[in-house]
Parts: sequence; C-alpha cells; structure tokens
Amino acid sequence: MPSEDVSHVAPAAQDSCRSCWLAVPGLLWLALFFLVPLVLVFAISFASRGTYGGIVWEFTWANYVDLLHPLYGKILGQSLWYATLTTAICFLLGFPLAYVIARSPARWQPVLLLLVMLPFWTNFLVRTYAWMIMLRHDGLANNLLLALGLITEPLELLYTPMAVVIGLVYGYLPFMVLPLYVAVERLDPVLVEAAWDLYASRWAVATRVVIPLTMPGIVGGCILVFIPSIGSFITPDLLGGARSMMIGNLIQHEYLVVRDWPLGSAVSFVLMAIVMAAVVLYYRQASPGDGPLEGR
Amino acid sequence: MKQRSLGLNAVSLLAMLFLYGPIIVLVLYSFNAAHLSMTWRGATLKWYAALVHDEALLAATANSLLIALVSTIGATGLGGLLALGMEQMPHRRQQLLEGGLVLPLVIPEVMMGVALMLLFVTVHVPLGLTTVILGHIVFNIPLVTIMIRTRLRKLDPVLREAAADLGADSWQVCRHVTLPLLRPAIWGAVLVAFTVSLDDFLVTFFTAGPGSTTLPLKVYSMIKSGVTPEINALSALLLVVSMIGVAASLYLQRREV
Repeated sequence: MPSEDVSHVAPAAQDSCRSCWLAVPGLLWLALFFLVPLVLVFAISFASRGTYGGIVWEFTWANYVDLLHPLYGKILGQSLWYATLTTAICFLLGFPLAYVIARSPARWQPVLLLLVMLPFWTNFLVRTYAWMIMLRHDGLANNLLLALGLITEPLELLYTPMAVVIGLVYGYLPFMVLPLYVAVERLDPVLVEAAWDLYASRWAVATRVVIPLTMPGIVGGCILVFIPSIGSFITPDLLGGARSMMIGNLIQHEYLVVRDWPLGSAVSFVLMAIVMAAVVLYYRQASPGDGPLEGR
Repeated sequence: MKQRSLGLNAVSLLAMLFLYGPIIVLVLYSFNAAHLSMTWRGATLKWYAALVHDEALLAATANSLLIALVSTIGATGLGGLLALGMEQMPHRRQQLLEGGLVLPLVIPEVMMGVALMLLFVTVHVPLGLTTVILGHIVFNIPLVTIMIRTRLRKLDPVLREAAADLGADSWQVCRHVTLPLLRPAIWGAVLVAFTVSLDDFLVTFFTAGPGSTTLPLKVYSMIKSGVTPEINALSALLLVVSMIGVAASLYLQRREV
C-alpha cells in the first residue's frame, strides 16, 4: 500500500500526514516553555506589585502608565538612540567591507567572509571583555592616543555611552556585512561601469546606482543589526555606566533588584513590541517583488 | 575609480583591524607577567596554570558541559522530529510554523530569560541544573529544526519514492534512506546546538540556581568583580575553543557537499 501513497505527487494532506505527529513533542515543548511563559509575562504586566514584592492579580494599566515617567522614557529613548547609532556605524563600516569582499577574486570571497564571521562565533562575554581591556584607563586605546600626542591625559572611555556603542558595533557588524555582501554580489558590475562611462561623479555612482540597487540588502542588514542592539543586555551592562542603561538592563533591574515583576513585565512587552515591529518590517521588505528596487 | 577603491580598501582594512585588534590584544595580554598594569613584563604561563587549580571554575566547566550535552541531545531529538513531521504538513501550515520558529531566535534573550524564570517560580520549580537545561532546549529546538529542514528540502524526493516503490514502509524509508542522507546535517546541528548552549549567558543567568553556575556565569561574575590576568587567560582559552568548534563545523559542512 505504501507505493500507492507516494504516487500522489502533490501531498494530499490527509493520507500523507500520518507522520505529522512527529512534530508534536517539539511543538508541545515550545508551547510549554516558550509561549506559556510569554503569556505569563503579558498577564503579569497588567497585575500589580504586592506590598512584599508578590503579585496582586487585579487588572490595571498602571504599569504601562508608569513607563511614561521621564526616567523610563529616558532609558527607552537612549536605547533607541544607541541602537540607531550602532546601525548607522555598522553600515558605514560594513558597506565598504561588503563591497570589497564581493568584488574580490571568487576564491578569496569565502575566506574573507569567514574572517568577518569568525569573531562572531566566539563567546559574547569574552568579546565584550576584550573591549574593557582596550578602553580601560590604562588600556591600549588611551596609551595609543597618548603616544600619538593627541591627548595629554588618559580619557574616561570605559563606562560611557560611546563604549556601549563601540561594543554593540563590534558585536553585530557581521549581521550587516552578510546581507550587504549578498546584495553587492548580485549587483551587475556592468551597471556601475556604465555610470562611470557616462561621466557620473563618484557621489552620483554611489547614490544613484550602487545604493538604490543594493537597497534590499541595506534595509535587511540594518534591521538585523537593530534587533539585537535594541535588546542587548551584556554590552551596556559591562561597558556602560549607570547613566547608559538600556531596556534590557532596566528589565533585569526591575526583576532581580527592585523585584517589581509587573513593571518589569510591562517593560519587556514594550521591548518585544519594538522588536516585533522590526521583524515584520524585515519580512515585508524581504518578500520578493515589492523590494524598493524599482527606482524610476 | 582607482581612488575610490583605495578609500573602500582603507575602510575595509580598518573594519578588519577593528574586528581582530581586541581579540589579539586579549590573547597577547593573557601571557603578560605583570599583575595589574597593562605594561609588558615578559611572557608567562602562570595565569593559565592558576586556572587549572581553580575549583569553582572546574565545577562551572563541568556544569556547562553537562548542560550542553543534555540540552543538545534533547533539542536534536525534538527538533529533528519536528523537522520530519513538518515535512508532511500542508504547505500553508509549514509556512506558519516556520514563521513561529523564528520567534524564539529573534526575541530578546533577556525577555526569554525572565519569562522562563517567571514560569518556574510560578509553578514552584526550584531553579537549578534542570531548569537551565529545559531553557536551553527551547532556544536550540528552532536552530536544529531549521538546519535539518534546509537539508531535507535539498534531498531528491525520488530517492524516497524509489524506496517506497521497492516495498519499503514509511518507517523503513525513514530509517534506511532519509536518516542516512540527513546525517551530516544532524551532526552540524548537534555541533551548533552544543556551542550555543555552552556560550549562552542570559537564559542561564535567569534560570540558574545555587550549584548550577556555568562557565559563562562564572566568567561574568569574575569580570564584574574586576579585571584580572586570570580572566585574560580564561578568555583566551575560550576564544581558541570556539574557533576550533567553528573549524570542525565547517569541516563537516564541506564533507556534506
């Protein structure tokens, strides 16, 4: 009888779905340990905190209203700002890198891409720690600047917003380079040559030919950098100071330090809303046919 | 045009320097004999030697390996079956599930950590090795499923149909045709799941309890209590281990072709 089954080339849902149950244990696991916890966080974000830190199950908007407080607004605002700045710097560094890799000899391309990815595969804590060493008071960055005579006294580099942004760029640069590489690789070099032949200026070639034609890769790369940046915890925790907190640090603070779980849950959902918006944007621009390719 | 590529090359070089500079400095300084200052006082291996005698560090390493091992086995089993089961579903449901599987990968890890912690605390499960393993399986299932599905889709359906035509039942097809063809992808998934579990900090941070400190948690608390030469040595060691892991997985992938 099995031979009959496979003769239906188009899988008829009913008779070929005999082994669909194989998916059940994994899906149950994800439902139990991923969806249920998220629903729990969502529910708690509408509860309130008891006098002794417990949860009082009474519906309230108070946690979300509390988030309008300038202190939280500031943390939310600077998180968005750091993530945006990180994305912009990643683009400025990543675009030339992706372009050079995509235009290098074919047998070098996998090697160069691997070199870009390799640091990404090492432990994130260790990579962040490396920057603590670089940016310390007597670290390499200060020593270098002193030796060059650019400064006369060591600067406070560590525990600043700048350190956070450097750490984020360092962590997520590969996310920018990969989609850009794919986009540049697909760009026909003949189009760029044609622009040169028609005496386009360097600026015009970049802004009117290369960038419009690689736009899907640019948007994709920017979103892929923005998502982990906005939700980061380790980088601002280790490289930032008390004044350069991000949303992730606020969540951890509310849960583990203040033990205000309802407020922490509300903050979590604001973060999740931002991330989901970015994800939707990513899939919308990635769907074929409606990319901003047609620029005429 | 020459000038233009010169500028591009310069920025690329700068980007590469940016990527590798800190790592190289870290490894170099792990051999520095000076205790506190950044000045070079000659090469030494004493910081590495100190690591071997750190009991807490060894215990954390053992925990990390145990968690990575169990969660990899669990996630590979569950994720692999999920991939096989999905294959048979109607196209629309497959797409829907595929979208859902991305969710655990894009959601901020902090949020996944606190959500799991809330669940365990609510149902009064004490935090410890078990809860960490449960959590690691959650983020590893989608990784495994996606990797195995990618391979599954490249398989020629004719191979399975031929086996069925020759009278194999669906279990025999799976056992003698699909699984052997999937083997490289499964090993690749195992390697990735193991590495990701070994490196995870945030989910572990929120779901660990007393006695379940892992290597990343230990590294974190060491870093938090101040920069010491031992951390440099430990970090350099972890860097080397990760790089060997990547090399191994690339080797496996190359064999796959």
